[in-house]
Amino acid sequence: MTCREFAEFLDAWLAGLLPAEQAGAFRRHLAVCPHCVNYLDGYRRTVDAVEQLRAAETVPEEVPADLVRAILASRKES
Amino acid sequence: MTAISLSPRLSQIPRNVSWSPGIGAAGYSLRLLRSAPMPRVPDVPLPSSRSGPGVPDGEEAVLIAALRRGEDTAFASLLREHGAPLLATARRMLGCEEDARDALQDAFLSAFRAVHAFEGKSRLGTWLHRITVNSVLMKLRSRKRACERRMEDLVPHFTDDGHHVEPPCPFSDAAVRALQSSESRMILWRAIEQLPDAYREVIVLRDIEGLSTEEAGTHLGITANAIKIRLHRARQALRTLLGDCSEDLSP
Repeated sequence: MTCREFAEFLDAWLAGLLPAEQAGAFRRHLAVCPHCVNYLDGYRRTVDAVEQLRAAETVPEEVPADLVRAILASRKES
Repeated sequence: MTAISLSPRLSQIPRNVSWSPGIGAAGYSLRLLRSAPMPRVPDVPLPSSRSGPGVPDGEEAVLIAALRRGEDTAFASLLREHGAPLLATARRMLGCEEDARDALQDAFLSAFRAVHAFEGKSRLGTWLHRITVNSVLMKLRSRKRACERRMEDLVPHFTDDGHHVEPPCPFSDAAVRALQSSESRMILWRAIEQLPDAYREVIVLRDIEGLSTEEAGTHLGITANAIKIRLHRARQALRTLLGDCSEDLSP
């Protein structure tokens, strides 16, 4: 496996979507290629950071009253 | 259109109405609507399973009929019953409160206008979510950006024999710290805003709002496979931007 192939199929590998044979090739490449270890580390951190962004936005109790009023009012205007 | 354009007729709209479960403004029982809320991310299923059965139940049918008759209280019910998770969607996908409010307003105005065309093939919540995501995408595309980067400059390049042209470095300690700090949200959005539209939209739909590959493809009018390819490239580009961010973050 080359670094190009590693980078290309990285997300499929992380998602567990690669067949066992290819997944094995990924692990063997990682064992001998520090560059791809570095690349994988940064990719994982990136995906985790975006994941946190998603988790941080919780559903509010309700739409703020002023926004409710504005939306209902603009319906009447439109 | 902004969310603060209040009309004089505003005074007719009751403020501080208590919306207890089960009683809507016009006496609709909303309990069943509440029992099938919009799912929270991350694992959003396909549209058919987004909120229980694929067709409106009796309670929704009553509300839809009132909406079609143009009853003010029905519009208020729709907004109060379904607005909160959709506001969260808009906030999540836009990262900006003002834009989120604008997008929610645009979405509900579209929904109010289109309710006659609503065929009841899906739940109201599913339908409204789709409309909201469309409004958010329009807002996202309309935002002025000074810093869009070329994907070519952000994805890794390889030699003919498949090696990295520039061997990747691990994230610096400063970059790691920055992503764990209270500034991480701002840093991430600054990076996302540097992606070309096609990639920014996929990151926002898939990784931030948590839509499935198929749902994201439907919204953008491209195949699921194209979504997968774009998402991976968008993540690679973000990796470059976030890994490099240490320089301009040092105080």
